[in-house]
Amino acid sequence: MQLIVDGKSHEVDVEEDMPLLWVLRDELGIKGVKYGCGVAACGACTVHIDGVAVRSCQTPIADVDGPVTTINGLGSPEAMHAVQEAWVEHQVAQCGYCQSGQIMQAASLLSEIKMPSDAEIDEAMSGNLCRCGTYPRIRAAVKTAAAKMQEA
Amino acid sequence: MGKAGKIARRTFLFGAVAVAGGVAFGVYKVRTPYENPLKDGLAEGASTFNPWVVIDGEKITLITPHGDKGQGVAHAQAALIAEELDVEFGQFAIDFGKPDKAYWNRALAGDGAPFMATDESFTAEATRSFMGGMIKLLGMQITGGSTAMPDSYDKLREAGAVARETLKLAASNVSGVPVAQLKTANGAVQLPDGTELAYTALAGEAAKVEPVTEISLRKPSEWRLIGKPMQRLDMVAKSTGTLGYGIDVDIDGMVHAAVMCNPRQGGALNGYDASAAEGMRGVQKVVEVSGGVAVVADNTWRAIQAVQAIDFDWAEAPYPAEQDGHWAAIEASFNDDQLDKEWRNEGDVTAAMAGGKAVEAAYRVPYVAHAPLEPLNATVLVEDDKVTVWTGHQIPRMLQDQVAKVTGHKSEQIELVNHFMGGSFGHRLEFKHVELAAEIANQMRGTPVKLTYSREEDFAHDFPRHIGMARGSGAVKDGKVTAIDLQVAMPSVVVSQMGRAGLSVPGPDMQIAAGAWNNPYGLENFRMRAYRVPELAPVSSWRSVGASAGGFFFDSLLDELIHEAGADPLQERIRLMQHGVSRKVLEAVGEMSNWGSPLGPNKGRGVAFVESFGVPTAEVIEVTNTEDGITIDKVWVAADVGTVIDPVNFENLVQGGVIFALGHAMNSEITYSDGMAEQANYWDAEGMRMAQCPEIMVRGLENGDKVRGIGEPPVPPAAPALANAIFAATGQRIRELPLYHHIDFA
Repeated sequence: MQLIVDGKSHEVDVEEDMPLLWVLRDELGIKGVKYGCGVAACGACTVHIDGVAVRSCQTPIADVDGPVTTINGLGSPEAMHAVQEAWVEHQVAQCGYCQSGQIMQAASLLSEIKMPSDAEIDEAMSGNLCRCGTYPRIRAAVKTAAAKMQEA
Repeated sequence: MGKAGKIARRTFLFGAVAVAGGVAFGVYKVRTPYENPLKDGLAEGASTFNPWVVIDGEKITLITPHGDKGQGVAHAQAALIAEELDVEFGQFAIDFGKPDKAYWNRALAGDGAPFMATDESFTAEATRSFMGGMIKLLGMQITGGSTAMPDSYDKLREAGAVARETLKLAASNVSGVPVAQLKTANGAVQLPDGTELAYTALAGEAAKVEPVTEISLRKPSEWRLIGKPMQRLDMVAKSTGTLGYGIDVDIDGMVHAAVMCNPRQGGALNGYDASAAEGMRGVQKVVEVSGGVAVVADNTWRAIQAVQAIDFDWAEAPYPAEQDGHWAAIEASFNDDQLDKEWRNEGDVTAAMAGGKAVEAAYRVPYVAHAPLEPLNATVLVEDDKVTVWTGHQIPRMLQDQVAKVTGHKSEQIELVNHFMGGSFGHRLEFKHVELAAEIANQMRGTPVKLTYSREEDFAHDFPRHIGMARGSGAVKDGKVTAIDLQVAMPSVVVSQMGRAGLSVPGPDMQIAAGAWNNPYGLENFRMRAYRVPELAPVSSWRSVGASAGGFFFDSLLDELIHEAGADPLQERIRLMQHGVSRKVLEAVGEMSNWGSPLGPNKGRGVAFVESFGVPTAEVIEVTNTEDGITIDKVWVAADVGTVIDPVNFENLVQGGVIFALGHAMNSEITYSDGMAEQANYWDAEGMRMAQCPEIMVRGLENGDKVRGIGEPPVPPAAPALANAIFAATGQRIRELPLYHHIDFA
């Protein structure tokens, strides 16, 4: 099976029902994508397929029909995406384990709705669980990122 | 003089000096009771000044031995050292270090001693000092009980100052300029002529001199880091998916394991049929472990799939199979034989209630799971003369002992590579998952084995927070609360938890009474009795431990009595409060929330106050009773920690603690049926989602004279404040958590 991840092409030989999450983590060694629940209840595994947020733990590899972007491809410590910059500016993370998924969800939201309302942010982000409770900072960071991306 | 007496004498002297050191800024001598572990294997030309600082020709490394579960202590520890060492973030690396006695927790005794945090009497301080001495002797290295900052605040600044002064001495030796004329900044010693000697360049010379021990700490007015908003050193990595947690460990030749143990916790494995699993793709080995079976495969998912394909025959649970049996055991424990301790008895509650009880009520709190988002995991490599463990853990030295028991090695042969943790809330004080990884790896010596719990296995074996019940009554007179009589019954979390590590804990368990007995109100008639329930399901410390239950019991009862008295909930709490620092916390939250101002229709406001881990914390919550259910609109929090190390991280931790507590208060519990937890994943114990999240305003006060941690204290007042607000909005008094059994949330 062929897979494009973060701009690179990979050939993988796995079962058709292996979730994308585990192909990324254990077959390709892309560890920024996190396992939290395995049942699409927490959003830690969120990646983009064709720019749209999906839960990779519930996406069988055979159903992947476009290029995949992970947190590791969205930006890097040296060249962060606007959403990642906003996360740092607002000092969002505590344990940080959910934040890969939160950031990918937020980036997907902002590519769809340029200036989301509070209600739209809450709706888009409520599938992403944060056990540490960083929601107030996530809300603020999404707004900052939206404003920055408008300027750009 | 007996041994304990000698210890007491020695440690009391130590304690007296330590207390003085905490308040004095004069020059004093820094003691080093244990050998510096960084000397072991120190490279030629490198210099180490104490267990926290090592510098070589290329880099400065700060050891931050307290585990980081998300609370930001890696950063905070580094900041305390850097403040005195005069290095900037970006100029040094951090390392969690190796487990060592030198990292014993100096603050553990502060809250472990059976005295109220507000009690600064000679007896209380002497007992804390004695307990501190025992903890030092044992070399207890532990992150927990919100002690990381109290433990680190003096000693890490001292560590930075010792290193700085030693580097100045080295610079003086090199340059011939007297130490008094040298300054430090930006990781370098500055000579009067402006020449800068980088610390790294001085490492070789510094290695030749004995570390300076006569130091003085800077005044708060001179601080450049402490108390100022900081950018956490882990923030960029956590925002770019580049921080490696234990679950991300990748070692050459590593295999992946998944496990299923008897979901009736502690029950035996009667038998199993793994034939379906053995033929599955990628499966390399099926291994029996204590109470279950593990599958080793070439991929985590394949291992989990295969272990779930095994047909198991599990034995019965060693505790009541149904939840009703757990509650019955608690109900039956309110008797003289099971009295663990009468913690308070002031005035005469019986006489005060002779004219009638204003309230008589029962309260209860459920088992709750920790469920941090990073599932439990550990990677272990067993070799004949050494064991290496890669994981994130809160008690490194006990972890060594536990692994050694499994593999037959000596504790000092167990190397722990500690990692940033994807949350804990007390979960990573436990050892079982590491022991299981060691059991598997011990059957495959030479091969690194990574064990990852499935979320379902994590829920099934969470060791949840204890359940508990309270019976309370009280009296009111002339618009005032005059008496409270509270009885709390719970299993002992300390006995359950320490028992799994093979330790027995004698004496009363303060956690049964925490959050209730230690309230600093000045009630004229107050009795608080704790009852010990025989062990039921295994339980463990959960963020704020006993206070998470006791705070709900005590403050809910107080709120009911204030209502019966016809008094204002905030004003009556302030009137009753005898502790000045705590009173200011209540006054602050009243001012912040504009308490007493008119609210719209269907709205209600509740207040609660709980002191835990020495931190008086008050919260006001505003809710609306909508057609879809209760919405939590706003929360105000005031807490006094003596000194706020980083106001940004402080606000984040307080908001997070409130959200954590409110989520559980709304909808989370663990219940048992057929001996197994009925909740298997986040759908069943959801916590709070963003759409439900209130605005949370935070104020950190600094009136207390000791530095305190803020990880746990925001949790206990949140549930009672919410229940009190729901009462104010609806007239419905809910005495049981989670609240959603009785009311809907939007």
